[in-house]
Amino acid sequence: MDINNLTIEKIHEGLKQKDFSAVEITKEYLRQIEKSDHEIGAFLFVARDSAMEEAKKIDKRISEKQDLPVLAGVPCAIKDIILVEGQKCTAASKILENYVAPYDATVTKKLREQRAVILGKTNCDEFAMGSSTQTSAFKITKNPCDLERVPGGSSGGSAAAVAADMACYSLGTDTGGSIRQPASFCGIVGLCPTYGAVSRYGVIAHASSLDQVGPMAKTAKDCELVFRAISGKDNLDATSNDLPKINYEMMSLKNLKIGIPKEYFAEGLDPEVEKIIKKTITKAEKAGAEIVDISLPTSEFALACYYIIDPSEISANLARFDGIKYGLSENKGEGLLDVYLNTRGRGFGPEVKRRIMLGTYSLSSGYYDAYYKKAQKVRELIRQDFAKAFEKVDVLFTPVSPFPAFKIGEKMDNPMSMYLADIYTVPLKLAGLPGLSLPVGKIGNLPVGLQIIGKHFEDYKVLKTAELVEQLQ
Amino acid sequence: MLTKEEVKKIAKLARLELTDEEIEKMRKDLSGILEHFNSLQKLKEAPQDETIVSPVAEIRKIGREDKAAPQTQETNKKLIGSFPDKKGNHNKVKAIF
Repeated sequence: MDINNLTIEKIHEGLKQKDFSAVEITKEYLRQIEKSDHEIGAFLFVARDSAMEEAKKIDKRISEKQDLPVLAGVPCAIKDIILVEGQKCTAASKILENYVAPYDATVTKKLREQRAVILGKTNCDEFAMGSSTQTSAFKITKNPCDLERVPGGSSGGSAAAVAADMACYSLGTDTGGSIRQPASFCGIVGLCPTYGAVSRYGVIAHASSLDQVGPMAKTAKDCELVFRAISGKDNLDATSNDLPKINYEMMSLKNLKIGIPKEYFAEGLDPEVEKIIKKTITKAEKAGAEIVDISLPTSEFALACYYIIDPSEISANLARFDGIKYGLSENKGEGLLDVYLNTRGRGFGPEVKRRIMLGTYSLSSGYYDAYYKKAQKVRELIRQDFAKAFEKVDVLFTPVSPFPAFKIGEKMDNPMSMYLADIYTVPLKLAGLPGLSLPVGKIGNLPVGLQIIGKHFEDYKVLKTAELVEQLQ
Repeated sequence: MLTKEEVKKIAKLARLELTDEEIEKMRKDLSGILEHFNSLQKLKEAPQDETIVSPVAEIRKIGREDKAAPQTQETNKKLIGSFPDKKGNHNKVKAIF
């Protein structure tokens, strides 16, 4: 069986036609994990037994001619920040090293309803804070395209697992670029849905006004199938909502208005990346799309704005890790305060501490107006900028990252240089918009991703656009 | 650059125990990042407070009945099971005063 060409649709067809069984396909992916993961390090845990058990149940359903949902029997991997009942969920942090999820996240539950086979939990930056998966407390994940380079982050394990054929698709989370940037670095497709399109219930919170769960897969179509399964209103997440039912099946690139924001092609962009993105834009134009030059003048402030809001929310969200209710607890000191100080001092890694400190500083009296409040005002300007742009165009095309995957160890000494890796992925998050990374070329072995940005709740339009551009490659 | 005392003060507010080495590194790192934050001050025409809305402003506000969604007994048991220290079904913590 040649698993590197498999997609969700192909597995679904294969199972229906009895070309292979769910047990066979699951075994094949587990074998691939055994073969490759000691080198790549995408997984924190592999749930071999429960995956095989589920696969057997699916084969029984097939033999009984019961209906087969499209994700049934398709092996997937889940970022270790999303709860899967009975499995460890560490958020790649020492503070949750032995934490076992007491219930399923809504997205996990939805995948289970579709009879997905969950192969295991993937590595990420600690609490999803980082752009290279190097802040994980447990292991370094390597980029399958070049083992000396990072897979991107924070959903680096989820991206590497799919790129190295150790899962057919995976779930990641995206707060400032954590699905799109690793997808770009590893050469797969990743969708960060509209804020509110997917429930975050059971997902360990990082920054609640930004966090979203999304699919990562080999093709835009696969991402769409997973997105269809996990999206929608959930009473357990008040920010979630249903998407309008619009059919984009008949959509074509002809007359599609594509906006090109000039600020995303300015200084700092690798000329090779620029060349690949511009070539793709030209191809879309030749296919009939209308290319519109636009400007998003507040783009230059987005990174500073993001790195105030994100740590501020982190400092509040991570207050729950105090050694009292679950996780690591250092209770040797005198009183309760010592439990807090020692547990958090020992349990959190350097990047998490840095962001908690930054957030606490930005929210402290005396600095609140200059930082947090100012950032909220800038956030509104950024939102207005995008809203104005979308009066003229259907989607925006930009690079995902200013450069391809960088070397392991690089940027770890200087946090600001790491933050700059997110320059093109954070602005749309501040506006709550959907964004997708589509592989459109390579510099040597290193993939380059095109970012497609859409209007609120037009995720399917973004996915369809990606599918159409994919066909031009 | 932030002083050692400033870093210590924020760490205390954040309930983080930091080593001397961490404090030194934090001084350097935070100062560099805060310098970048200051670029926001260049942006003068920020909107007035009342225009600040959430990024999902167009979406109507939704509410629900203020009703607890009880967990199953099995989940409750697991939640209690993950307490670091307990007495019966109660979470045991150190004295506050």
